[in-house]
This record gives sequence, C-alpha cells and structure tokens, in this order.
Amino acid sequence: MTEAFAVLQRKAQERWRELNSHPWVRVGTALCGQAAGALDTLEALRAELTRQRVEATVSQVGCLGLCYAEPLVDVQLPGGPRVLYQRVTPDQVPDVVQGHLVHGEPRRELALAAVEGSVDGVPRLSDLPMFQGQVRIALRNAGHIDPTDLDHYIARGGFEALDLALSKMSPQQVHQHVMNSKLRGRGGAAFPTGVKWRFLMGAPGPKKYILCNCEEGDPGAFNDKGILESDPFTVLEGMVLAGYATGATNGFVFIRHGHEGPIERTRRAIQACYQAGLLGSHILGSSFSFDIEVSLTGESYVAGEETALMESIEGKRSMPRFRPPFPAQVGVWGRPSNINNVKTLAYVPEIVRLEGEWFSRIGMQNSTGTAIICLSGDVARPGMVEVPFGLTLRQVVEEMAGGVPDGKRLKLLQTGGPLGGVLSGELLDTIIDFDEMARAGAILGSGGVIVASEDSCAVDLTRNLIAFCQLESCGKCFPCRLGMSHILEVLERICRLKGRPGDLDLMRRVGQNMQVGSLCGHGQLGFNPVSSALKFFGEEFRVHIEEKRCPTGRCQGPFVGPERTRRWAHLHGESPTAAVYPEFVANVGKV
Amino acid sequence: MTTGEALRKRVRQTLRDQPYPTVTVLSSLLAVQDDMGYLTEEAIQEVARFTGTTINEVWSVASFYLNFRFTPPGDHTVEVCWGPACHLRGAQTLLHDILGQLGLSGEGETGDSHISLKLNTCLGACTQAPVISVDHGLMGRMDSERALKAIQGASHPRRRERRHSREVR
Ligand SMILES: Cc1cc2nc3c(=O)[nH]c(=O)nc-3n(C[C@H](O)[C@H](O)[C@H](O)COP(=O)(O)O)c2cc1C
Ligand code: SF4
Ligand code: FES
Repeated sequence: MTEAFAVLQRKAQERWRELNSHPWVRVGTALCGQAAGALDTLEALRAELTRQRVEATVSQVGCLGLCYAEPLVDVQLPGGPRVLYQRVTPDQVPDVVQGHLVHGEPRRELALAAVEGSVDGVPRLSDLPMFQGQVRIALRNAGHIDPTDLDHYIARGGFEALDLALSKMSPQQVHQHVMNSKLRGRGGAAFPTGVKWRFLMGAPGPKKYILCNCEEGDPGAFNDKGILESDPFTVLEGMVLAGYATGATNGFVFIRHGHEGPIERTRRAIQACYQAGLLGSHILGSSFSFDIEVSLTGESYVAGEETALMESIEGKRSMPRFRPPFPAQVGVWGRPSNINNVKTLAYVPEIVRLEGEWFSRIGMQNSTGTAIICLSGDVARPGMVEVPFGLTLRQVVEEMAGGVPDGKRLKLLQTGGPLGGVLSGELLDTIIDFDEMARAGAILGSGGVIVASEDSCAVDLTRNLIAFCQLESCGKCFPCRLGMSHILEVLERICRLKGRPGDLDLMRRVGQNMQVGSLCGHGQLGFNPVSSALKFFGEEFRVHIEEKRCPTGRCQGPFVGPERTRRWAHLHGESPTAAVYPEFVANVGKV
Repeated sequence: MTTGEALRKRVRQTLRDQPYPTVTVLSSLLAVQDDMGYLTEEAIQEVARFTGTTINEVWSVASFYLNFRFTPPGDHTVEVCWGPACHLRGAQTLLHDILGQLGLSGEGETGDSHISLKLNTCLGACTQAPVISVDHGLMGRMDSERALKAIQGASHPRRRERRHSREVR
C-alpha cells in the first residue's frame, strides 16, 4: 500500500466509524426520488429534526433501485437496526422522527425493510423480492454512501484497486485482469473491453483519452445516470485504472446538459479526488498522472454514438464520423481515444481488486458479470436491479418487479431502447445473455426493459419509438433522415386507420435501405422497432390496415409529438417526405 | 430589456466564467443559454468571436441541438415527457389536458408569455411515469389534476422562492 493511500484510508475509516456512532438518516434524492417528491420529504425531515431537537446526520444518497417505494428514508441509530421507510410523504416525517429517532422505536407500519440488523415483522432488505438474486457490483455503494463524499467511498473499499495497481501492478497486469474478466461493453454493442483497451495501448502518445459515455438518451434507461448519481467514484476510479492500463493521460465524463443531479454529483466527486491526490499529477505519489473533466452535450441522442460523442466534446454538431480511422487511432482532437459506457467502467475497480477470474465466474460463459436492468412501464415494482447474467427475463419482470399489476396480462416488452425491439411476452423465458438474447431476436442494449400490459397497442408504441428516431436523426445521411420521416408518416396513417394495402411492404423496403445505406447505428438499427413489432404483432398491424380498427383503441386520437415533427407535418400537409422529396419516395426500394 | 451593448457585456462575462476548463462553441452556447434562457443574435456573434470561429459555425451548432432556443422563454418552464415509459402510463392524455388548459396546440409559449411548454424525450425518472417537470423540479406519478395544479402553483411567489432555496446535489 502506498503511504499516501494509507493516510486517506485511515481518515476515511475513522470518519465512517464516527458517522455510524451517531443517528444517521439517508434520503434517496436521485432523479427517481426527486420525481417521487423526495426533496419535499428532505425539507420536512430537516425541519422536523430541528423542531424536535434531534442531532442526526442527514445525507442525500443515490438510488437503491427500489424506485417504486420512493421517497425512501433510511434511519439508523448507533447499535440499532438500519430501517428503510417507504413512500415517506412530508406528513409522515414527524411520525418517523418521533417514533424511531426520538423514542428509538422503529415504525414498523411504515417500514419497507431492514437494511442492517433485524426488526420483528419487517423483512430484511436481501429478502425483498426485488433484492433476491441480485449481485451488486457496479451498484455496491448505491443508496449506502453520500455520492459526493470521498471518505464514504474509501471506507467501503474504494480506491483500494487503484492503490494496488499503482503500487504493485504494471499497466499490462491491470489490462490482463480486464481480459481475464471477459468484461463486455455495456453501452449496447457488447464489445470485449480488454480488446478495445489493447487498441489504445498500442497507439502513440503523449496525449490519449479515456471517454466515459453517459449520454444515455435511451428513453427507459436510467442506469448510467443512476450510477453517477449514486456512486460517481467507482466510475472515476475505473477511468483512472483504464488510463493507467492504456497509457492515457486525460478523461472526459460525457453527460447531457440538463440532468443536474448526475452532473453536479460527478463534478463534486472529481473535485474531491483532486483534493485527495487521486486525480491530477503523480497520483498517490506514483509517477502516473491523469486528469478528468465533465463535458456537457446539448440535447441529441446521436451524441451517444462514439464518433459523434467526440465531435460533441470538440464543441461541434454531434454527427458521426466515418470509420476508419477508428477512435483508438484518431479520436477526440485527433488523439487516440477509448470510449466506454458508464457501467463498463464502473465494474473495473472491483475487477482489479478481486481479480478478473472472480468476475468471469459470475454470470454466463460469454456474458460474464451482471446486467443492470431498468424496469418501467406497466409493472408493479418499477426500479433498477443488478442481476447475474443467466436469469430469465421472466424472473426479472415477474418475480422481481412483480409483473403487470391489476391482474392484467403482459402483452409486450420493449428492450434495448428506441433502436431495440418490441417483443412479445413469449420471449419472457429468454435467458439474459448477450448472445442468447440476440438469437431470440431481442436486444439487451443498455438495459432498459419497458413492460406493457394488454391495454397497450403495438402500433401505437412503435409509432412512439419511431417518432423518437425521426426526431433524433442527425441528418447526415439521407436514408436515415428521410427514411425515419417516411416510416413515421406511414405509422401515423396506420394509427389513423387510413393505412394502405402495401404499407407494410413499403416500410420494409425503406427499412432495408436504411439498414444498408446509413452511416451509424441510428439508421442501421432504427428499423428494429418496426421489424420486431411486425414479427410479433403483424396481425395487429393487419387489423389496423384491413379492418380499419384498433383492438385496444389506444392509438386513436391525436398524437402530440415534438416540435420538429410537427413543424414538418404542418408545413407539408399529409406527406412531408413526399412533398419535399418526391423522387425519393417514388424510388424507395429500387436500389 | 437589456440594450445591445449591456447584453454583449453580460455575454462576454458569462463566456469568461464558464464552469469547465475545456471551452468550445458548444460549452459557450450552453453557458449563455443557462444565463439568459435563450440565444440572441449578439450572443451568437460574441460566441464566434470568443471561440475564434465563424458565425455560421456557431449557428450550425446552435440550430442542431434541440435544447437551444432563440426567443425568450416564458416565466416558467413546464416539460412533459413523451418517452415510451411515460407514453404507456398515459402521457398523451396528460399532455392533451395540459395543452387544453394552456390554450396551446404543441410546444411553445402561452399568449401571456407566462409559461413555456416543452416536450422531453425522457426526463430520466421513468420509474415514476408519467413525469413532468415544472421549473426543472421533477414530478412523477402524475395525473391531469395534479399536473394542472402544479402548473398553476408555479406562478405562486412562495413556491418560486422555495425552489431557489433548495440545494439539489
Ligand atoms: C445512435 C447511437 C446512440 C448511442 N448512445 C449511447 C449512449 O447513450 N451511451 C453509451 O454508452 N453508448 C451509446 N452508444 C454506443 C456507443 O457508440 C459505444 O458503442 C459505447 O459507448 C461503447 O462503450 P462500451 O464498449 O463500454 O459498450 C450509441 C450508439 C449509437 C449508434
Ligand atoms: S444514420 Fe442517421 S443518425 Fe447516423 S449518421 Fe446517418 S443520419 Fe446521422
Ligand atoms: S420515459 Fe418518461 S421519464 Fe423516461
């Protein structure tokens, strides 16, 4: 151990002991908590503690994943159990403060679980259906630590991996752990991380970049933002380790402007690391130096594509570049760069600390480790779980998240974001594994799983996804730019029950052109929602077109989309694409 | 109203005080919009001068990202999420009721410039769908009645103060 780290660790452990020897209240204030009203609860809590003259530390923490039960308030007295209270409204705060903090009596009726210790009649956290079967690696600190307090992170084993690497390992040894772990990228393409790093190792310096991708524009996915809001340090440590292994000198955490929680927490975590000598020059007294800074992008989904991301960091329009040259040769500002997703980097510290083989034994043969899944839509318990690969979708959707509420039938699953699929419930028994899912025609993507009940309309949901893809097309290549508009237009008319006999074939032809003629994944994969919806719900499309009716009625009535679509439709009437580009529409499919 | 020269001064100050070390056209535009709420002709010119690029280049970036606006926003901003998770939980109904109440047919400002309505592709709190935000404060598990009340309450001075005094970290 380096001397510098020994000092940091001693101080952190002392502070952690000190914290635990006093009343400590944690409130989850990630985006999900905020939306559930956690800031009102927090304010009420602070006022009540003052009113009742209770001395307690109040920490804002990230997301435990139990979003259905938010706002969550987690109360711990020295030597006593740590109790998690659910759906705590400001009105209930005095009850919790009076009962638990003043009288030392946990309020059982309001409790969801005991995080530590036990309380009669209250389940343990690990026994909750949503927690059973979880293996928490990237989320190991989520909900437990103040995401801006470095001492909390270090006290729970943080930066041990970096210290170990800098004092005992060569860059090659760190890289070997990542190779042995068989970690695959969690940003969508599942590319082996160790292999990607090797490209950068071979690239010439002196300046090389590690870029952390938290664009996370996929609606329905919030795990990247969730990790940065809950434990940005694990991502920063992962980036420094990546830098050490590959000889990189600088890092950027790339986040979308407007998501203040993740941005602010990351910024403060970076500051704390600089102050402690864990970032900057001569980290922990070694000869290794590494800098990290936050880079904000405007609203653009395609900015998450790796080459568009580099354009955006340079301050330009986020339009993808041609490849080759690949980022490892010519990246941001022309320097060699490596892009990884937040989740990918979040695993790295534990992989180095506990060794690559340890990680490779979790999960499946070729999908090692865990999947971090965001559950939303028509489920009883929406939230975020970290499960080893190898469980089935059914186990996650039905057992953990409680399935569709109100006794309704599950109709479809939307996975992998807007470039992913609209899948039928038949696929619930698919194993969560990159390759198994691909074989079944499903896509794990970055882990969003949106569940829809029997009340939903497959055509309607597909239109929603394509409206997104159309809005977000960067416009660089016409098959994507016009194709998306054209498909949206066809879906619009099918929803209005004005579909025409050849419409399904027409969409397929446009889709094929997009697949072969587009520069980046947005256009290449953008037809996925339609093709998968046609595969599983073709009959529903047919009923809309031929029988002029929607079995659920959900797609009826005007659909209000974002401004760019509206402006087009408004200017050009029925068929915006045909009005502007008649030749294109006439020639679709004739390649 | 700020006059041209005073406005340029303020923009130049904002550009110098940017929060992150790496300064680009995009970072500059974001900083100005954060400060002013929208981008003016003068701001575009100042950003071009400050970053050593052309006005065309700056416009290309400003018109590309969906968050930039070129007219003053209303006093309050209401965002409604239309992402798939919110869509399934009734975002369209919510949106229609809000539009009806505000007398709008889509994104834009109310006649009295009191409220700007914006659609968001995902507010990042999908587990609390349907989600809206009022002056950047997220609100989930919305129904039309609560949403309309929240929007009406936005103009209430007490609420405005409270939002300011909160530190969200
Ligand atoms: C249109 C488009 C959007 C993307 N958005 C993201 C994103 O938001 N976050 C992300 O990590 N990867 C995104 N990707 C994938 C990235 O290009 C890249 O593969 C990934 O960041 C690599 O990280 P990994 O190796 O850790 O998976 C996107 C790709 C495309 C084509
Ligand atoms: S495929 Fe679409 S998003 Fe990708 S570069 Fe082409 S136009 Fe842009
Ligand atoms: S889809 Fe509405 S918040 Fe994500």
